[in-house]
Amino acid sequence: MSASRLRATRFAPLLWVGPAVALIAIVVLWPVIIMIRTAFQHISPDGFILGWAGWRNFHYLWQEPDLSGILVRTVVWVVVVVAATMVISLAMAQLFNQKFPGRRLARWALIAPWAASVMMTSIVFRWALDANNGVINVFLYDIGLLHRFNSDASDWLGSPATAFPWMMAVAVFVSIPFATYALLAGLQGIPSDVYEAARVDGAGAWRTYRSITLPLLRPAFVVALLINVINVFNSFPIIWEMTRGGPGHQTSTTTTFMYQLKQSYIGESAAMSLVNFALVMIVVLLYLRVTARRGGEG
Amino acid sequence: MATEPPARRAFPARTLIFMGLAYLAAIFFLLPYVEMIIAALRPRDQLLDRDYLPSHFNWHSFIDIWGTGFGHALRISLEVAGGATVLVLIVAIPAAYYTARHRFRGRNAFMLLVLVTQMFQPTAMLVGLYREFLEFGMLNTVSALILVNAGFNMAFAVWILNAYVSAIPAELEEAAFIDGSSRIGALFRITLPLALPGIVTALIFTFISAWNEFIVALTLTTSAATEPLTVALNAYIGQYQVDWSHLFAGSVIATLPVIVLFALIEGKVVGGLTAGSIK
Repeated sequence: MSASRLRATRFAPLLWVGPAVALIAIVVLWPVIIMIRTAFQHISPDGFILGWAGWRNFHYLWQEPDLSGILVRTVVWVVVVVAATMVISLAMAQLFNQKFPGRRLARWALIAPWAASVMMTSIVFRWALDANNGVINVFLYDIGLLHRFNSDASDWLGSPATAFPWMMAVAVFVSIPFATYALLAGLQGIPSDVYEAARVDGAGAWRTYRSITLPLLRPAFVVALLINVINVFNSFPIIWEMTRGGPGHQTSTTTTFMYQLKQSYIGESAAMSLVNFALVMIVVLLYLRVTARRGGEG
Repeated sequence: MATEPPARRAFPARTLIFMGLAYLAAIFFLLPYVEMIIAALRPRDQLLDRDYLPSHFNWHSFIDIWGTGFGHALRISLEVAGGATVLVLIVAIPAAYYTARHRFRGRNAFMLLVLVTQMFQPTAMLVGLYREFLEFGMLNTVSALILVNAGFNMAFAVWILNAYVSAIPAELEEAAFIDGSSRIGALFRITLPLALPGIVTALIFTFISAWNEFIVALTLTTSAATEPLTVALNAYIGQYQVDWSHLFAGSVIATLPVIVLFALIEGKVVGGLTAGSIK
């Protein structure tokens, strides 16, 4: 093999993989560096860089009177939405794993919220919750749970105490399809002879589920859970379209708050982003650990 | 649980119950999209009515929406989603092929990088993206949206294509080498046709993701000239009044094709999204 030929083989990977690496560098790695830089810069609302700011942007961020509420709400948002999604999806996966006529069609209907833009789904819910004639209110009125239209009781999105739970419900709604499909794939990976053995041993349905299905479903469950945590944490369109985080910042999470800060205080927004980014990083590292452990087993 | 039916009865009670529950769930998940269609077809003088269905349906919104700049936004969305899809295939096919066929230094690092990209979302680094494209002078350009959408969806394509190529025996390509084919020739004549289902899945997935993308487009575009559908539709939402008819007509046009497309790849998507964790 000649020297030039050898060099060609050594650089071959770069030729095949290089474009992908370049794309990641431009769109993922470089923005992270710029974001870190921005967090320590003093930038005027109209975009001029006025110099370095040290930790001042973080300092301003900690001073935000709304920040503590936003942080608490973000934790509630992620924990409640992900927990509800995973519990409901466990049941849904079990249901859609059964054999019945029309199963394909039923599964297909389930993917609609996954395929559709979350932004448009959120707008439909905003419309359906309209205080005057939203279809959810019409239904609640018909079954006797709502007594008057255009009242405080029908204006779900007008008050944070009712708007936030509704938005969490929408987040669960759009998160269920992926989680269900991921768990369904996990269920289908469980060999049927394990169930056969349990049946021979006389195990009941609940016992079989607890001692066989759940433990064997664990890997799929953990992967679906972590992916969901990241998706739900980064969720922006639901809150943006339904309340814009308002009134005030009373229905904001750190993601929507970061976006609103960006409009005028981009340095502070970058500081908020860094906090968000660090949280995402922790989940990603968890994910990589789970992945690596399972890779080692396999 | 998957137990054998004791006798060959047509529909045991269990099956009927599961069927009923599953159908109910299916209908429940379709409801917002049914309401989207109903609202789009509602005559405008019935937009404030308290009922489930209007007295009759009216197609006007679907016709006069084309006079509101909707067509332009639709074209931008097609350009962004189409461009991102092409770019993803151009960079992901060689990368997936090479990593499936060769062990080389940096391979694991590359796979790890791809996995991490998949876990990140542009939302978390929005400020960085905004400042970057501001510095590049690329705010309000379709190419910026194509780059970002391609970058964040490439991982899915790499995983799924890697799995498909790995499943194709390398001997098939070697046979083509012996017949005098070059490596590239073998790739195009043997491997890619066999990996076609994977390519189609990657193609549809990327297209839909880019089509639905909202927050990056909202951040990187400030003029109607380069706003894709997801952002442009927000123009129907005014401070005090919402043009529900056009908003939902536009949403229906943007949503229905995507749901149908997604149904085509439905069975393969989970594999691509969790592949990094299973390999």
